[in-house]
Amino acid sequence: MTVSDLKQSYPDSSKPKINWARIEEAEDFANTVKLFRQGKYDEDSFRRYRLQHGAYGTRMTNDYAMVRIKLPAGEIYPYQLEKISQLSEQFSIGSAHFSTRENIQLHWVILEDVSEILRGLAEVGLTSREACGNSVRNVMCSPLSGVCSDEEFDSTPYALATARFFLRNPLSQSLPRKFKFNFTCCEKHGMVRMVDVGLIPQTRDLDGTIQKGFKIFLGGGLGNKSFVGHQLEEFTPEEDLLYTSIAVIRIFDRLGDRKNMARNRMRYLVNDMGWEKFQNLVLKERAIVRATQSVVTHLEVDNTPSIIKRPIRISDESGSSIPDGYARWLKTNTIKQKQSEYYSVFITLEAGDITSNQITALAEIIQEFSSEGHARAGFVQNIALRYVHEDDLPSLYSKLLTVGLAKSGALTMAAPIGCSGTTSCNLALTNSHRLAKEIQRKFLELKLDQDDDLRDSSIKISGCPNACGQHGIATIGFFGGGGRVGKEMYPNYQMSLGGRSDEETTLGATCHRIPAKRVIPVILKIIELFKQNKKSDDTLKDWIHRIVNGKEESYIKSILDMRKALDSFTIPPTKEEDPDFYTDYGSDSSYHTKTGKGECAA
Amino acid sequence: MSQEKTIKTTTDIDSLRSEIRDKSVRVIDVRREEDYKQSHIPTAVNLPLANLLSDDSPERVLKLVNAMGIDDETPVVVYDDTFGALASRVAWTLEYLGHSDVSLLETTFSKWKSLGLENDDKTPEIQSKEHSIHLKPEILATSDYLETSKDKPDVILIDNRERLNYLEQHIPGAISLPYRTLATQDKILRPKDDMKRLLDNRGISGNSEIITYCGSVGTLSGLAYYALKSVGLPNVKLYVRSFKEWKGLEKPIAKQQDANYWDLSAE
Repeated sequence: MTVSDLKQSYPDSSKPKINWARIEEAEDFANTVKLFRQGKYDEDSFRRYRLQHGAYGTRMTNDYAMVRIKLPAGEIYPYQLEKISQLSEQFSIGSAHFSTRENIQLHWVILEDVSEILRGLAEVGLTSREACGNSVRNVMCSPLSGVCSDEEFDSTPYALATARFFLRNPLSQSLPRKFKFNFTCCEKHGMVRMVDVGLIPQTRDLDGTIQKGFKIFLGGGLGNKSFVGHQLEEFTPEEDLLYTSIAVIRIFDRLGDRKNMARNRMRYLVNDMGWEKFQNLVLKERAIVRATQSVVTHLEVDNTPSIIKRPIRISDESGSSIPDGYARWLKTNTIKQKQSEYYSVFITLEAGDITSNQITALAEIIQEFSSEGHARAGFVQNIALRYVHEDDLPSLYSKLLTVGLAKSGALTMAAPIGCSGTTSCNLALTNSHRLAKEIQRKFLELKLDQDDDLRDSSIKISGCPNACGQHGIATIGFFGGGGRVGKEMYPNYQMSLGGRSDEETTLGATCHRIPAKRVIPVILKIIELFKQNKKSDDTLKDWIHRIVNGKEESYIKSILDMRKALDSFTIPPTKEEDPDFYTDYGSDSSYHTKTGKGECAA
Repeated sequence: MSQEKTIKTTTDIDSLRSEIRDKSVRVIDVRREEDYKQSHIPTAVNLPLANLLSDDSPERVLKLVNAMGIDDETPVVVYDDTFGALASRVAWTLEYLGHSDVSLLETTFSKWKSLGLENDDKTPEIQSKEHSIHLKPEILATSDYLETSKDKPDVILIDNRERLNYLEQHIPGAISLPYRTLATQDKILRPKDDMKRLLDNRGISGNSEIITYCGSVGTLSGLAYYALKSVGLPNVKLYVRSFKEWKGLEKPIAKQQDANYWDLSAE
């Protein structure tokens, strides 16, 4: 008997249907790093190669990388989590990060170790290929697709098929810039107008037969300059989904700006050309694509339903008491599914960070509680555990509590987004990541997650104007910069109000510059003002939208009024009065801005 | 001393069980006394690491070794329940004394037990033996030695602490190889080919002199010492007093600047 004979094995039903990996890419990466270190590979080509394989640069150093692991449609299986837990302990910082685009990121990885991570990922069918660089990035899908009571049909198989079609496809290896697809379930739960291609499933009745199709939005995106996407046509039948995607990518590839790195996302092309012209071009190109494919090209959509099987309980928990905080958690972290008796449970992480031990525990919890046997990454640095039977919710809560994954407020304003900021990003000006954690802690301490008036609002923070923290679509959004008093600098945030990503997608309106150490008091002040002036069934979100749109009747009628109400928070104290004001979160030395070269446009 | 013996760094479970049956091995359990007393691998003697560290001068170690019934020819296998790090520190100390046949059990005591393998709570009666002293200074690095040699081109200095600790502060010129990197799920050290590939990628190969260190007493770096030996690297030294001493001596320290990496940790 050897030890390895006793390794835990998983049944086939708990394994994904698609293997995204290619083991030879690990070997190739290791060799390419060696050649690069020997000077046989020039810096630019190496950077392109590295990004194409999902290894991003790290703040102020060339020795480390961040490896971005794609989770197409957000799906993640227990044995994959176990591997990621191991890899984060071995090659990263013992924690991993869930991003806003359904990726898991391992930070501060030594460049020479990246190939070992790729090797480990290949063992469990995952890849980081085309997770960075000018390629089709991870194809997202709503964590509620398949369980949402407002959806027409489950778009997950289409998201997976799209990811599969474009991964390693020569068509998308050298685009002018990155390219993103978001599938969703319904208007409410998606982000389809803030992405290159956004898709909502819909159906229509065609002489008695129900036809599946999509509402497709093109040319949206968040960034230094953000745009809202346009709907291509009334209804795009499912047969046209791939042709449309190919047509759009071909146009972008052909006409996209390859010179001006700062404005080469497709949204700029759409904006420069004008929507109608772009729309016509897409429709014409699609006709050409449809007519000229030498072989019939179609998406391999696998619509076999997933197996839903309630896990067998080994332990008998009847009679065990329900821990404190259960009701609060149930209210703020779970959604009833369209399948009766089942719930989707959201796990909120501080700014998306999770320890390797928690990842291992999560793998176990999924097997024990999710009747579909896997989990989904969400849109807000979180994780969804679906198909949890309602009778199992109390014991799931107890289990999550023991491993520190039962924070409440997952589906509320108390779960802010913070990009990685100065913890690892070359472009960051402020520690947006830590600020998001601080806000979450304060909100939970004040139990604001339980406040129904705040529930549908959001806080999102970026460490620079580039919007990885999605500040533009937040009810209260922030992006980082530096403020100055004479020779002294302090971390500062530009605050915007009233952004949203639903049917009425709008970008937030610029309101004020708020010093980092005043952000929390300002948010609390805004809530206080809202409480003073709200109508009976008002939410913070509605109130702010009225202000932004000049429709509010109380004394705060406009963004300008709000600005005045917050003026006192923005006046810098002297350094002697308050030295802390001049330091950023996570740092005890005086603040100064420092950035390296960005790689988004490499 | 045969070549084969120097390369053997771990003993697999099956071999140890047959050696125990043949009574041809001395097994050392380095866990705390109360844990040892509850259960241990049959015939094992107890040498808690803390006991050894209270005075690890060669004279004291010699007494301990003699009392454990180990002479120059006794094969020794050491185990712990701490992924091999504590066992490594004890094994290294025996090696430093001049004992040539010491290796680590390939797995931990918990794993041994979880496999349902035999264990008991009896303390064996030991007949004391006479070991010689032939110190091996070539496997030890002192702070003075480190300071004068670390910047030489053919010297590689390895920090085996966790990545965040390394980023925060490390001995200038050191490279980071966290101890977790060395193990697999089941074994305290990766298989040889796997380990070799990993080290090759990091440029840890050939005839360079390699010095390992960790936080304070040379346990994590002791494990790294054996990891490097397991792939046949010929010249490995342990800076046994490690970063704690280095810092205490106020020698230069390097840091990864201008990044708030600690805030990425969910600890």
